[in-house]
Amino acid sequence: MVTGLSMGEGLPEKRDVGDGTVFRTEGLTKVYHMGEVDVQALRGVDMELFSGEMVVLLGPSGSGKSTLLNILGGLDTASGGCVTYRGMDLTKATDKELTQYRRSHVGFVFQFYNLIPSLTALENVTIVTEVSDNPMDPRDALRLVGLSERSDHFPSQLSGGEQQRVAIARAIAKNPSVLLCDEPTGALDSATGVLVLEAIERVNREMGTTTAVITHNSDIAAMADRVMRMSGGMIIEVTVNEHRKPPREIHW
Amino acid sequence: MKALNRKLLRNLWEMKAQSLAIAIVIVSGVATFFLSISTMESLKRTQAKFYTDYRFADVFSSLKRAPNALAERIAEIPGVERVDTRVLAEVKLDMPDYADPVTGRLVSVPETEQAELNQLYIAEGRNVQPDRDDEVVVGEAFAEAHQIRPGYSFGAVINGRLKQLRVVGIALSPEYIFQMQAGSIFPDFEHYAVMWMGRTPLGTAYDMDGAFNHVALSVNSEETVEDVIDRLDVLLEPYGGTGAYGRADQVSHRYLSEEFKQLANMATVFPTIFLGVAAFLLNIVVTRLIDTQREQIAVLKAFGYSNRDIGIHYAGLVLAITLVGVAGGIAVGAWLGRGMSNMYMEYYRFPFMDYRLGVATVLEGALIAVASAMAGTLFAVRRAASLSPAVAMRPAPPAVYRESVVERFGLGRFLSPPTRMIARNIERKPVKSLLTVIGIAFACAVLVSGLFFGDAVDYIVEVQFGLAQRDDLTVSFVEPTSDSALYSLRGLQGVERVEPFRSVPATLRFGHRTYRTSIQGVRGGGDLYRLLDNRFQQVELPPRGVVLTDYLAGILRISPGDMLTVEVLEGERPVREVPVAGLVTEFIGASAYMEISALNRLMREGNAVSGAYMATDSNYDPQLYRELHDMPRVAGTTVRKLAIDSFYETMSRQILIFTSIMTALAMSIAFGVVYNSARISLSERSRDLGSLRVLGFTRAEVSYILLGELAILTLVATPVGFALGRGIAGYMTAGMETDLFRIPVVINMDTYAFSAAVVFVAAVASGIVVKLRLDRLDLVEILKTKE
Repeated sequence: MVTGLSMGEGLPEKRDVGDGTVFRTEGLTKVYHMGEVDVQALRGVDMELFSGEMVVLLGPSGSGKSTLLNILGGLDTASGGCVTYRGMDLTKATDKELTQYRRSHVGFVFQFYNLIPSLTALENVTIVTEVSDNPMDPRDALRLVGLSERSDHFPSQLSGGEQQRVAIARAIAKNPSVLLCDEPTGALDSATGVLVLEAIERVNREMGTTTAVITHNSDIAAMADRVMRMSGGMIIEVTVNEHRKPPREIHW
Repeated sequence: MKALNRKLLRNLWEMKAQSLAIAIVIVSGVATFFLSISTMESLKRTQAKFYTDYRFADVFSSLKRAPNALAERIAEIPGVERVDTRVLAEVKLDMPDYADPVTGRLVSVPETEQAELNQLYIAEGRNVQPDRDDEVVVGEAFAEAHQIRPGYSFGAVINGRLKQLRVVGIALSPEYIFQMQAGSIFPDFEHYAVMWMGRTPLGTAYDMDGAFNHVALSVNSEETVEDVIDRLDVLLEPYGGTGAYGRADQVSHRYLSEEFKQLANMATVFPTIFLGVAAFLLNIVVTRLIDTQREQIAVLKAFGYSNRDIGIHYAGLVLAITLVGVAGGIAVGAWLGRGMSNMYMEYYRFPFMDYRLGVATVLEGALIAVASAMAGTLFAVRRAASLSPAVAMRPAPPAVYRESVVERFGLGRFLSPPTRMIARNIERKPVKSLLTVIGIAFACAVLVSGLFFGDAVDYIVEVQFGLAQRDDLTVSFVEPTSDSALYSLRGLQGVERVEPFRSVPATLRFGHRTYRTSIQGVRGGGDLYRLLDNRFQQVELPPRGVVLTDYLAGILRISPGDMLTVEVLEGERPVREVPVAGLVTEFIGASAYMEISALNRLMREGNAVSGAYMATDSNYDPQLYRELHDMPRVAGTTVRKLAIDSFYETMSRQILIFTSIMTALAMSIAFGVVYNSARISLSERSRDLGSLRVLGFTRAEVSYILLGELAILTLVATPVGFALGRGIAGYMTAGMETDLFRIPVVINMDTYAFSAAVVFVAAVASGIVVKLRLDRLDLVEILKTKE
C-alpha cells in the first residue's frame, strides 16, 4: 500500500490500462449560495481518474464528494478551476454540450436509486437506452445485475437492493465510459449492499468502465484500485490498493 | 411506445381525477366557443341560403298609394335588379273560440303566384290561388300557436268588412324569419299573424286596384344600396313614401343580426373565462407535479435527456389534458349547438336548419385551448426544462413561513394553532391563494353574468309596463282620426280611462346625422304613458319642443337646447325645426316624444289622434275585446298582459335550459378549482398533516386544516364573484347596446343567492371527495417515505 498527498503523476503504470487519463481537475472550487450564506463545497481539488480503474471517494457528509462527482458527471458546473474529460474542458461546456456529454459517456447510480416510479424495471432501463447512441439490450443490462425475472415490476414492487440494481442496469445499459455511483449502498443493509457492489464490480471488471464510487463507509474502500479521502472540500489523501478485495469479502 | 411517453400516460392516469376536473373546465370553455360559433355560423349559413333561394329583397319602402306603372320607373334606378310591388294591410282577426284580440298583416301574393322577391316557402298545403278572395296562407309561428292546419277557417275584418278566410297553406318567408308587430317590444306569435293573400282580392278590398303601398327591390351590388335608397325616396315622395330602408333596418334581418352579435359576444366572453381558469388549474397542477418529480427530472437529465426533451415531456402532459378537453368540447359543443339552433327556430323561422360544426371552427377552438393551456403552464414547464440536474437532486428547500397578518396585528392569540396554520398557509402563497379566489369567483361570475338576463328582462318589463306604459290595452285607429273618436271609447263598458296618442313617422336630423323613427305625441301629465328620467322619476312633457330618448340623443349627438330638424314622412310632409326640451330614459327603441297638441300644431292638423291608451276593468275584458273588434275605425288592439304572458311562455323554457347549462358550466369551474386546490394542498402538506396525526390530532382536526383553507377562500371568492359577474354583465350588455334595446345591468338577490349556492355545493362536493381521500390516506406511513 502506497500513501501520498500528491496526486496523479506518480501512480502505478498497471492501472492506467486504457487510453490514459479520463478525468483531470485542477484547482477545482465550488461555492453554493444558500440563501444569504455561501457554502464552499470544494476548495481546490486536483485529481485524475484513469481509464478502467475503480476509485472510491471516501469522506464524511459535507466533505464535498457528491459535489465533485456531480461536476465530473456534468450535472453541476464548477465555480473555479478546471476539469477535463478526455481532454474536453467541462468547465467551458455549454448546457447543451453537457447534456450530450452525459448522454454519451456517463452512467449514474444514486443513493436513493431515483427510479421513475411510474415505469417498470425494464422501462426504467429503456428510457435511457432510447436516448443513447450505442446501448446494450435493456434485458441484457438487467441480466447483468441478476434481475431478469423482475423486469416487469414497478419500483414500488422491488426491494431497495433490487431497485439499486435496476439503477445500475440503467446506468450501464448505454455502455458509458464512466460510471459514477453516489453512496450506492447508503440506503441498504450490509448483505444487500454487497450484491449491489458486486454488480458494480462486475461492470467495472467485465466492461472496463471507469468507475467512481462515493461512500462514507471505509470498509468499501477495499474494493477499489485507488481510494481518495476527502475532507472540507479537499482531497487529503490518496491510497493505492495493491489488491482489490472482492465485494463478497467485505462486511460492515 | 417510448418509455417517456409511457411515463406520461401513467402520470396522467395517476392524476386522472385532477386531469379530468381540468379537462371538464376546458370542455366548458371549448364547448361554449363551439356552441356560439357553430350556432352563429349555422344560422348565418341557413339565413344566407334562405335569402338566396327565396330572394330576400335588399331595399324596402312603404308608401301611401302609387300606381303600378311606377314600378317601371323604380326598375330604371341604376343598380336595381328586381322590383316587387305589393299591398300590405293590417287586419283584425276573428279566431274561433278565442277571446283575445288578434291582429295580423296581410301581404299580397302576385298573380304569378310566386313573387319576384321575398318568395314563400310553403311548409304545408299550397299557395293561394291569386284570384280567390277567401284563401290565405298563414305564417308558421302563428299557425303553431293556434294549431292551424290547412283547411282551418277564421274571420278577418278586411277594410271594415268581416270576411271568412280559409287556410290553404302554412308558409315561411325570408322577410318574416323573425316576426314582430310594429311598436311591440317583443314577439307575440299568439296575438299577431303574418298572412298572404291574392293580390287582386286584397287590392280590391283596400282600394288598391292597379296600385301598391309597399315595394321591395333587389340591387346588383351592396355598394349601390345607399344610392338606390336615396333615389327611391325621391321617386316615392309624391306617393307618400315613408322612407326607404335597407336590410340593416328591416326588422327581421335586424334582429337576426343582433342575435349574431350576441353569439359572437358569448363566443368571446365565456370561453375566455373557462380557458383562463383551465390555464390556471393546469399551472398549479403541473407546477406541483414538477415539484414532486424534481428527482425524476434530475435522473433523466443525468442520463442525457436534454432541456428540450423534458420541456416537451411536460408540455405533452398539458397537451394531452387539453386535447381530452377539446375532444369533449367538440362533442358537447356540437350537441348543445344543434339543440340551441333548433331552439332558435322557435324564434327565427327558417324552413330548415343547416347545422354544422365546421372543421375550421374546431381547429380554431382547439388552437385557442392549446395556446391558453400552454401559456398557463409555460413558466412551470420552462422551470422544469431548465432545472439544473444537480439542483434537482437536492430536495426542495423547506418552505418559508411567517406569522400571518392577523397574527402580526396581535390577534393570533384568538386563533387556534390549526387556524393559524390555515392563515399562514394562505399568506405563504399569496399568488396561488389569490388565483384560487379568482378562479372560484369566476365560477360565481359565470352564473351571475349568465343568469342576470332573466332579471334584466323582468326589470325591463317592470319599468316599461309598471312605470312607463301603464295602460291595459292600446287601440290603434286605421287612420289618424279626430279626437272625438275617444268619446266612443270612453263610452264602452269597463273602460276606466282613455288617453290619446298621435304617432308620426319622421326622419330626425341634426347636423349630418339622421335617424328614422316616429314621434309619439302623448298627453302631458298623462297617467297611462309616462316618460321617465334616468332615475325613473316621471318627466313632465313640456308644452313645446321635443323630448328624446337619451340613446337617440347620443346617436344624433344632440343636447337639450339644440334645434332638431324634423322631416315628417306623412301627410303634408312638413319639415320643421323643433328645440330639444329634454331627455328621457328607455330600454327599448329610440323614440321622440312631444306633447300631443304640440305635435298636432307641428303637423298643422286639428286634434288628430292615432290611437289611445286605455285602462280597463278586467272583469269586462271579453266583452270589451268584442266591442273594439267590431269598431270599424279600430285597426287593432294590443293587450299588455296577454303580450307579456305570451312572451314569458315562449321564454321560460329557454331560460330554464339556459340556466341549466350555465349551472353545469359554473359547477365545472367551481369543482375544478376547489378540487385541484385541495388535492395540491393535500399533496404538499401530507407530511405536516401526518406529523399532526402522530401528535394526536384527530382526522377531523386534520381535515379542518386542509379544508378550512378552501372554505375561507371560497367565502372570500363569493362576493368577488358577485362583483366580477356584474362587471362581465356590464361588459356584455355594453357590447349589445343598440337603438333596438339596451339591457340594464340589474341583478336580483335571488340570482346572487343561487350563484353562491351553486358554488358552495360544488365546493362542498369537492371538499367531500378530498376528505374521503384524506381519510383513506395513511398519513403516518407518508412520514416514513422520502418526500
